This record gives sequence, structure tokens and C-alpha cells, in this order.
Amino acid sequence: MAVTRRMAQRPGHFMLVARNTRKLSTVAQDLVTRGAGAVDTWVLDLDDTAAHEGMLSAAVERMGGIDLALIAHGVLGDQAAAEADFETAAAILHTNFVSTVSLCTWLANYFESRGRGTLAVISSVAGDRGRKSNYLYGASKGALNVFLDGLRNRVDREGVQVLTIKPGFVATPMTAHVQQNALFASPDQIAKGILRAVKRRKDVVYLPWYWGGIMLVIRLIPGGVFKKMNL
Amino acid sequence: MLNRDKSRGSKPPARPSFESWGRYPKLPAQVAPLYWDEDFPPRPAVGIKMLPVGMGRSYGDVCLLEDGLLLRTTPMDRLLAFDSSTGLLRCESGVTLAAILDFAVPRGWFLPVTPGTKYVTLGGAIANDIHGKNHHVAGTLGCHLPRFELLRSDGQRIQCSPSENSDWYSATIGGMGLTGLIAWAEIQLRPIRSRRLRYRGTKFMGIDEFVALSLAGAHAEYTVAWIDCVAQGKNFARGIFMQADHLEIAEELHPSPSPRFSMPFDLPAFALNRASVSAFNTLYYNKQWSKEKRGLVDYEPFFYPLDSILHWNRLYGKEGLLQFQSVVPWPGGSAEAGGEQAGIVRILQAIAASGLASFLAVIKVFGDVASPGMMSFPMPGITLALDFPIRREVSFALLDRLADITAEYGGRMYPAKDARMSPAHYQYFYPQWQEFSAFLDPAFDSSFWRRVMAIG
Repeated sequence: MAVTRRMAQRPGHFMLVARNTRKLSTVAQDLVTRGAGAVDTWVLDLDDTAAHEGMLSAAVERMGGIDLALIAHGVLGDQAAAEADFETAAAILHTNFVSTVSLCTWLANYFESRGRGTLAVISSVAGDRGRKSNYLYGASKGALNVFLDGLRNRVDREGVQVLTIKPGFVATPMTAHVQQNALFASPDQIAKGILRAVKRRKDVVYLPWYWGGIMLVIRLIPGGVFKKMNL
Repeated sequence: MLNRDKSRGSKPPARPSFESWGRYPKLPAQVAPLYWDEDFPPRPAVGIKMLPVGMGRSYGDVCLLEDGLLLRTTPMDRLLAFDSSTGLLRCESGVTLAAILDFAVPRGWFLPVTPGTKYVTLGGAIANDIHGKNHHVAGTLGCHLPRFELLRSDGQRIQCSPSENSDWYSATIGGMGLTGLIAWAEIQLRPIRSRRLRYRGTKFMGIDEFVALSLAGAHAEYTVAWIDCVAQGKNFARGIFMQADHLEIAEELHPSPSPRFSMPFDLPAFALNRASVSAFNTLYYNKQWSKEKRGLVDYEPFFYPLDSILHWNRLYGKEGLLQFQSVVPWPGGSAEAGGEQAGIVRILQAIAASGLASFLAVIKVFGDVASPGMMSFPMPGITLALDFPIRREVSFALLDRLADITAEYGGRMYPAKDARMSPAHYQYFYPQWQEFSAFLDPAFDSSFWRRVMAIG
């Protein structure tokens, strides 16, 4: 949302997709008030992958084309429940990974056919290494990172940017139950970083930047040591 | 009460999760961000009392709730509608005045009333019915709110305006967040043509000269004075009277830059003492050599001189600071009656004699524009605001003394800046508290309210 708010400072045409009609219209009102040219909304639970094509075609039709798609949905999931129950685990993977693959597949092909476009996907630093406290969430994001690497390798030469966004801790509804510390960033800080990365046609971006260093250290810990750690 | 204080004395309390701007008192509470009005009331019911809080810029405990749940409204920061022809803005209650200015100034609009910091939420500004340097012509913020929506913990949504549910409207403006959660509000902005103001600063010596300047300058939209609360003898009550008007020349209305400086650490408590404050005051008083100084000034340094240093409250060390603001009505009932300003003079004498004052002291004449708020602080007369370092017994004794003088002269003190008022003083200053009690949300409470109702 912070990304669209920054973009709305200049007129443009947006289509917002989310589950909750009332929240969606509040966000749309905010963007229109701030100066967005036009804002359409589409109520959809993105878990329903069968409905993706209809939504995306409508977006192209309403806006006369898509220049940038930002995929930002996801769940943290209940790690303990997912350890005990495969269905819970599968649901996390479906929301964070499978449904995103569905959207990216359609969008990448669309952008490829036009020879331009930006596909920006919010992943997570949690996808860089599995930890016992949230490895299902981590696995869904890790799989997403690999998928996006491959997709980029395929469509970059067709003029399409695929941006993997790896935020650290961000103060959002997903983390509202967590005690915040100095590493927490505001959504607007992240939004600024995302727009900069889009402009500079980056491939992968850690936000804020210091997470790149933190995750480098975490990836370098030898496996034999890592498995004994409480992370 | 006594027992509890004793147990605290032996063991420092756990680090509080939320501090008010004065950083005193330090009270433990749960804090939960509120992203959407539909997430209120919390489900399942929390079973403890709640209080909405915004930026936590009130000084004392009006935004604190010991062992309760603080609902932080800052994520509810969406603008909902703006009419560029009338300047009517509708937004959620967690929007800050800084965000409103960022939006409005480039479009040629300004806040109808602003306090000395822009880092407060609209909801908090309504809950404390804040006033500004234009009180003598514009009244409080409550005078510029055509409508807002109040959510009660029983799920009720109350549309409030001067004509619709006017009793709830009146109770919620200045209602200290205790009547329910303000979901959104409409605020009537005022047009501007420039970021700059035409400014005039005039040195004065003594309260009589200050009053004369204030009455003579009442045609200006903004008036306020800095006053030296440390100097005694021939320099007693010296100060600089400032008046300003928006510049009526069309200029570029660029947005404000972000603040660059932040107070990085807590100063030790002894850094602010009589000598350092006295030196500052002498320098400040003499920053303008001539009796009068005129010029053009950007609205940021004029309205928000301290906002350019984030976390300036760290100047007072981690112990925090105490604020005091009271208003004393005109002797004889009106400014024109021209009586001797004995009340405000006695307050200033008590402060100067204590040697506790800080350099941040402000004095202003309030006008007679009535606020719709039932519990609003301002009344026609002279208001004085300043802060003190916390020196336990001495500071508290001084505040009690100032409350006594304020009461003696028929004035009142400002809850948003208070951490000390006794129940007797509060109930004397605000006899309408009983009428107000009927509007309290049964699931809401604050540490301020508990204190002045002598509960807990």
C-alpha cells in the first residue's frame, strides 16, 4: 500500500486486488485523494488461482495495459500447526508460492509479448535459509526466490524486469503480534526502496539494505553449526 | 497506592512499552497497532481496559493506561476525500498533522489550528482539543470539525456533528480519547498563498507590557510570546512577543523537507540547570538587538521550531520532564477591564523563585471563541506553558503550588500537559466532569482519568 501511495503522487491508473471489499475501497479512496488518476478495485482471494486469468485480463482491458505488477500477498502461517498437519503446510505453500507462480506465469507471458514490463514480487529474507521457527513460510519464499531467478533468466532478454524483493522485519499487520525492535522498518521505507529498485532495474533487493549483510552472514554459517542453533 | 510506590522504589519497573512525550510516568501497558477501523473493537474481547493513542506527544499520562491495552492508531493514516474548492479534508484519525501539511500545503491549504508540533495525530488533536497561536481569532481545533465518526466498544458507530448527535460531538472534542475511538474526521482547512509568514518580534519587560502588546496585536492571525521564567529582579518576566500573518503573495508551495537532526542520546539530568538555562535565556532574549524586528519566515520554523530536532525530549535525560500549562482568566472578567494581572504574576514569581524553569516557556492571550468541546481547556485570559526537569519532591511541590494559584484565580490546567494534578484540583477546574462521565466508553480508561478520579 505504501508503494501505491508513493506512486499516486503522480497521476496513473491503478487496479487494486484484495479480499476485503471495504478495506479495498478505503485504500482506493486514499489513492484517489492523493492524486492517483484512476483507481479500479477487484475483490478476489488470490488462493483461487482459477480466477486469476479473468482478473488479469480485466486489468489489461480496464487500464489499457499493464506496465508494472506488484505481487504483495502472503501469509506468515502457523508454524506449529503446519508441523503437525500437512494440510496447514500445504495451504501456506499454496498462498505464498503456488498462487504467486500462477500470477507470474500469466504476467510474464503478457510482458514478454509486449517486450516490456516490470514484475515486482515481495518475497522475504526468510527464504534465504530455513529456520525451525518458520521454515514453512521460509520454504514458500525460498521456492519463490528460485522460481523468480529462473523466470528472470528466461524473460530478461525479452525486455522484462523480474524484481525479487526481500524485506526484513516490517511493521505490517502480518507482524503486528511481534514485539518490535530496532531492526523493524516502516512500510514507507520499504516502499521507497522498492520504487528505487524498479527504477534501477534491479534483480534482487534486500530492504532495508543491511539485510543483505545479515543474510550473507546467516548463509555462511556452516550447516553443522546451523542445525544446533536456536533461530 | 503507597504500597505500590514502595515496591516500585525497590525494583525498577520493567521497561515500559510506550512512553508519553514527558517520559513520566513510566507505566507498563500492552500496545497493539490498529490498521483498520473494522478491527475495532478487538475480537476476541481483550478483558482489560483500552485507550486509543496516536503519536504519544501529550506530556503526562493522558495517553497512558497502566496494565491496559493501548490501541495505536497511527497505521490508520488514510486520506478519504478532499474538496479542492472548499478545503474540506476527510481522513482517518491516525493521520498526523505533518501528513496533512505535506498533502495540503502544495495544494494551497493549511491547518485551521496547529499546536507547537506537527507530529500529533488528528485523533489525538481532537481528543485534547488542541489550540494554537491563532486561538484569539480561530478558537480550538474543535471549532473546525464539521463531522467525525465515533466507534464505541459495543460496536455502535456514532456520526457526530454540531447538529447530529451534538452531545457526543461535544463530549468527544477534548474528551481525552475516553468516549470511544474516532474512526475518521472532517477538518476544514484554510487557504494560503505562500509558505511564508510576515513576522514581527517585539521585546517586552513585564506582564503589563506583554498584555498591551497582545491586545494591540490581536488583529494578527498568530500571536505568542517567549518568556524568561528564570530571571528575577529588573529582568522579571522579560520576553519576546511574536505576531505573524500568512503572506498574501502567491509563491511556490513546495513540500517540507524531512527533519535531519535527531537527538541521538539522553543528556544527563544535570545538563539543564539554573546556570545553563539562564545563559540560554539571556542569549535568546538578546538574539534581537533592537526592540522590534520584522521579516518573512517559513511556516516550519515559526510553528514547529522544535520539530526540527527529533526526540528533543532527550534533552531532559531518561527521567523525563514535567510540563505545566494553565490559563488564568482576565481580572474583572474581560481584557478591556484592564485589572492587574496578579494571578499570572504570582505564578511567574513562584516559578522564578523555584529556579526550576526551563527555557521552553510560552505565554499567550486566549480569545473568547468558545469551543464546542465539553472538556476543553482554553478560556479567555492568559495561558502560560513551560516544562521542568523532574527533581521529584521540589518539582512536584512547585506544581502543586502552581495549581493552587491557578485555582485561586479561577483558572484551569491542561490535562494533555499534566502528570501531577490532584483529583480535587481537576474536579474544581472541570466541574462538568460529572456530566462528561455519562459519555465514557465502559471499556476505555486512562491513567490520567484514574488519577483525577482518584481510582486505583
